[in-house]
Amino acid sequence: MLTPGQYAQLWNGMLATVQILAGAFALGIFLSLVVGVGRLSDRRWVRGISFGFVEFARGISSIILLFIMVIAIPILLGDMIPWLRGRSVAVLGALALGVNMGGYGAEIIRGSILAIPKGQTEASIALNLNPTQRLRYVVLPQALRIILPPMGNLTIEILKGTALVSVVGGFDLMRATQNQIASMLARGAIGVTVLFVNVLVIYFILAQGVNALFRLAERALDRRFQQRPASKGVRIDATVGAETDG
Amino acid sequence: MRTNVAEPDRNDVSDKGAASVRFRAVDKAFGALTVLEDLHLDVEPGERVVVIGPSGSGKTTILRVTMTLEHIDAGTIQIGGEQLYHEPTSAGTLKPASEKHIRKVRSNIGMVFQHFNLFPHMSAIENVMLAPIKVHGVSRDEAQHNGMELLAKVGLAEHANHTPGQLSGGQKQRVAIARALATSPSVMLFDEVTSALDPELVGDVLNVLRDIAEEGRTTMMLVTHEMGFAREIADRVLMFDKGRVVESGPPSQVLDNPQQERTRSFLGAVAEH
Repeated sequence: MLTPGQYAQLWNGMLATVQILAGAFALGIFLSLVVGVGRLSDRRWVRGISFGFVEFARGISSIILLFIMVIAIPILLGDMIPWLRGRSVAVLGALALGVNMGGYGAEIIRGSILAIPKGQTEASIALNLNPTQRLRYVVLPQALRIILPPMGNLTIEILKGTALVSVVGGFDLMRATQNQIASMLARGAIGVTVLFVNVLVIYFILAQGVNALFRLAERALDRRFQQRPASKGVRIDATVGAETDG
Repeated sequence: MRTNVAEPDRNDVSDKGAASVRFRAVDKAFGALTVLEDLHLDVEPGERVVVIGPSGSGKTTILRVTMTLEHIDAGTIQIGGEQLYHEPTSAGTLKPASEKHIRKVRSNIGMVFQHFNLFPHMSAIENVMLAPIKVHGVSRDEAQHNGMELLAKVGLAEHANHTPGQLSGGQKQRVAIARALATSPSVMLFDEVTSALDPELVGDVLNVLRDIAEEGRTTMMLVTHEMGFAREIADRVLMFDKGRVVESGPPSQVLDNPQQERTRSFLGAVAEH
C-alpha cells in the first residue's frame, strides 16, 4: 500500500493526465474531421494540404513531436504567436498529442465516409442538398457509427501516449509516479512494484472510462438505427444499406 | 469527341422553349464506352415518356445526366427552357454553368432510384421532410404537415416513424417516391423503380406512379422493364440501344407494332421471360 500522501500525489497526476487527454482529444477530433473531409475535397490544394498533414502527423514519432512542440515551437513561433510563450508543458504536450491523433483520426474519418454507399450521396444530390448539407445530414451521421470503434481505440492510444509528457518535463500521472520512486526504493524492489501496480491500475481504470464513454455513444447511435419488430404482416428487411434483388 | 460547349442552335433558344426536358446533341462516354451519342430528345410538360432497351444501352444514363449525377461530355440539356449545364453569357453564347446555377435548375427535378437510397438513420417522415426544410426553407411544421399528406398518399401514414430498416422493399420505394415529391419537382425521373422489389410488392409502387400520372402535372421519365405498365402509362415509348434512340412513338406502335428489327428482337427477348 502507498501512504495517503502518495495517493494524493497520484490523484493530482491522474487529474493532470485526464486534462491533457481531454485537450488532445478535442484538438484531435477537430483535426480528424477537418483533415479527413479535406482528404476527399474536390479542390486539389485542399487534398494536398490534408495529405501532407496526415503524413506529417503519422510519420513523426510522438516523442519527437512532443519535444518539437514543447521546446522548439515556442521559441520559433513565439514572436508570431505570442500565445505560445509561457504555455505550460501540459498544454503544449496536449497540442502535440492532438496533432498526432488528428493524423490517424483523419484516416479513420476518410475511410468511414468512403464506406457509405454512393447511392446515399446521389439521393442527396437528387434532393438538391449542397455539398456541406450532404455531409452534415446524410453522410457523416451514418459514418459516425463506423468511426466510433476505431476512434475509441485511438483515444486509448493517446491516453497511453500522455505518459510521454512526463519525459519532456510536464506533470502528469507518470511524473507523479516517478516522483515517488526514490521513497519507494527504500522499501526495496517490492516497494517499486507496489507503486507501479497502483499506477497500472489507475491507467487501466482511465482506459475503461474511455471505453465506457465510447460504448455509451455507440449505444445511443444504435437506438437511432434500431430495428424494432415491425407490425404484423410486414416483411422485415434487415439490411440497411444496399438492398439486393429479391 | 467534340469540345464541351456545343454551338447553341439559335432556333432552340428562340422557339417555344416550353419543353420540359430538352436534349440537344448530347454525348456521354465512360472511358472508351460511348453511352449517349448525339442524343436529341424533347419531352413536353406533363408528358410521360418510358425508356426501354437492353441493359447497357444507356437508358439509365439519360436519367442520370438529367439529374446531374453524371455530367455530359458535349451538347446541352434544358429543363423547362433553362440550360442545365450552361449559363448564357452577355454575348449570347453559353459557358459552363456554376454550381449555383446547376442547383437552381436542378431544383425542378426529382428522382427515384432502383435501390431506394433512403437515409437509414432517419424515419420515413424525416426522409420526406429533409429537403423541404434544409433546401427550400420550409418551416418544420409545414414540412411535417405536407410530409404526412404525401405519406398518406402513398399509403404509408402509419409508418411515418419507422426507419427504412423496418419497412419492406415496396414500402421503402413508396417512401422514396414521397420524398422525391416533397419538393414538388416539375420533372420526375424513375430509374427501374420496381426492379429490386419482390413481385408481389410491385403493384403498390405502380399504383403510386399511376396516381402521379393521373394528376398530370408532373413530367415523368421512366426507365422500366414492366412492359404492361409502360403500355398503360406512357404517352411515348423510346426504344434505346447503343446510345441512340432506335424507335420512338406511342406504345401502340413501339410495343405492339414495332417498325424496327432491333425493337422487335428486344421485345421478343423480354417476352420470353
